[in-house]
Amino acid sequence: MIWDPYHECMDLEQRRELQAHRLRETVARLSANVPFYRQAFRDVDVQPQDIQSIDDLALLPFTVKDDLRDNYPYGLFASPLSEVVRVHASSGTTGKPTVVGYTAEDINLWAECMARSIGCSGGTPHDTLQVAYGYGLFTGGLGLHYGGERMGCTVIPMSSGNTERQIMMMRDLGSTILACTPSYALTVADVAADMGLQPEDFKLKSGIFGAEPWSESSRQAVEEKLGLSAHDIYGLSEIIGPGVANECSNKGGLHIFDDHFVPEIINPETGEVLPDGEYGELVITCITKTCLPLIRYRTRDISCLHRDICPCGRTHPRIGRLQGRTDDMLIIRGVNVFPSQIEHALLSIEEAEPHYQLIVRREGHLDVLEVQVEVSGEIFADTVRRLEEVEKRIAHAIRTTVGIGVEVKLVEPKTIARSEGKAKRVIDLRKEE
Amino acid sequence: MTKQVSVFLENKSGRLAEVCQTLGKNGVNIRALCIADTSDFGILRMIVDTPEVAVRCLRDGGFSVGETSVLAVEIPDVPGGLGGVISLLGNVNVEYMYAFFTTVEGNAVVVFRVSEEEIPSVVEILGRNNIRILPAEDVYSL
Repeated sequence: MIWDPYHECMDLEQRRELQAHRLRETVARLSANVPFYRQAFRDVDVQPQDIQSIDDLALLPFTVKDDLRDNYPYGLFASPLSEVVRVHASSGTTGKPTVVGYTAEDINLWAECMARSIGCSGGTPHDTLQVAYGYGLFTGGLGLHYGGERMGCTVIPMSSGNTERQIMMMRDLGSTILACTPSYALTVADVAADMGLQPEDFKLKSGIFGAEPWSESSRQAVEEKLGLSAHDIYGLSEIIGPGVANECSNKGGLHIFDDHFVPEIINPETGEVLPDGEYGELVITCITKTCLPLIRYRTRDISCLHRDICPCGRTHPRIGRLQGRTDDMLIIRGVNVFPSQIEHALLSIEEAEPHYQLIVRREGHLDVLEVQVEVSGEIFADTVRRLEEVEKRIAHAIRTTVGIGVEVKLVEPKTIARSEGKAKRVIDLRKEE
Repeated sequence: MTKQVSVFLENKSGRLAEVCQTLGKNGVNIRALCIADTSDFGILRMIVDTPEVAVRCLRDGGFSVGETSVLAVEIPDVPGGLGGVISLLGNVNVEYMYAFFTTVEGNAVVVFRVSEEEIPSVVEILGRNNIRILPAEDVYSL
C-alpha cells in the first residue's frame, strides 16, 4: 500500500519547490543555531538567501562523520536539549560513538517514513510485524517498531538473537512480516530448517531486510527458504535510522523519500556530483529534521540514482542496491574489492553456501585474500579431485567478478560464526602487522 | 552394493577423534578406513557396520557427510594377488582403493571405487575370472 500518496506520488516540479522551500528553512535554521554550520557556510561564502532552488545544494559544503565526532556529543544539535526526546548512537567501532538526537517532531517524521517503507514492502494495518533488529541505541529495532505502530500493524518487539524462540513466536503468532538484517534472516532460515520447519509452517509474506549490503542471490536464498518476498531497506542513524529508502514490489532500486532526504551521488575522491545511473558515494541532505539536520552528509555508502518513474506510482527517485562502503572497501594489490562482490560470485556457484569469510594477510609484500567457504552437503564429494574442482570454480568465479586471484579454502559446515546483527565478513590481518 | 561413508575434515587437531567418538557413542563399528588429505582438508572414507546410523549421527554432529557405492572385492592373500586382479581391470579407472582390517577365508578384502558407469563392466570382468565381490550384508558383518 502507498502510505502517504500525496507526498509519495507528488508531481516532480511541485516536489522540487517543496524541497527548495524546506532546504532554505533548514539552512537558515542551521546558520542561526549551529556554530559549526555557521562557520562552514561562511567558509564557502554562502548566505541562506543564496539558496533559491534545490539545484543550489551543490553550493553547500559536505558534512562527514568526523564532524559529528569532533562535535561529540551535542555540538551539531540545532534544538536545545529540553526539546530532545530521544538519542540513538552508532556502534562506535572505530572510536567514539556518533550520537544523534530526535525531537518529538523528528520521531514523528521517522515513524511516517518507516510507515512508508513498510507500505513499500507490501505491509498494511492487517499485518503482524516481527521486529528482529536489535533494540537499544541502534536505530533498527525502535525505528521499525514505531513505523509498524504508525502503520497500525501488530508489532512483536523480539529484538535480535534467541533464534529458536524467535522462530517459535514467528510460527505461533503468525507473523506476516519479518524485519532484520539479511544475514540474520539467513540464520533464521537455517535454524528453522534444522528445527524441521518448512516455509508452509509460517504465515510470512514479506521481509524488510537492511543495515548491511546484500546480494540478489542472498535475496533469492531468503525468499525460498522462508517463503516470503524480501525487500531492501536503507537508512543510517546520522540521517534518521531505517526508513530513508525502501524497495517497492518492483524491486528496481529503493525509493528514497526525497521530500525529507535529498540524495546526490558524488565521486568519493573529487567530491564532484555524478550523473544519474553512475555509481559513487551517496550524499544525503536532511531538509525536514529539527534536532540534527545534516547538510550533504557523506554516507560512505556506494550507490547510484535512478529518476525514471517507477510503475508502482511513487515519484521518488530510487537508489541502486548498495554496493558496499567506501570504508569497508578492501584494497587488494591495488584493486578495489567489496565483500558484496565476493558474495555475488560465490552465489553463482550452485553448491556454495552463503556463509563465507574473507581473510586478508600480507605475505612478503604481496596481499593475499583467502576466501573461506563452508562445505555444504551439495559441495561434498568423496574425492580430493572433485573438491579441488569446486575450489577452482569458486576461485574462477571470484577472479571473473573482482579481477584478482584468491585462495579458496573449504571449511566444515557451521564453522564460520553466524551473526545476529551485522555480519562480520572480513578479517584484515594486514592492520595488525 | 556396499555403502561407503565419507566425511569432510578440516586439517585441525582433534577432528578425526571427534568423528570416531561420535561413531563410538552411537555404537557404529569401523571395518575399514582410509584418509585422503591435502594441505587444507582431508576426506575420511569408511566402511562401517551400520552406514545409515553413521550418516545420521555424523550429520547431526555438524559434519559434511557423503555416501558412495563401492565394491568390496576378495583378493587372494598371496604375493601378486592384488596385481593380478588390477591387471584384469585393464582400462577401468580406479579412483581409489584401500583394504579391510580382516581377511575372509584367507583372502584379503579390498575396497574399489570406480565411476558409476564402470561398475557393470567391473562386475562382469571379476565374475568371469571367479573373483568374488562381497554382498553388502556380508561386508557390514565382517
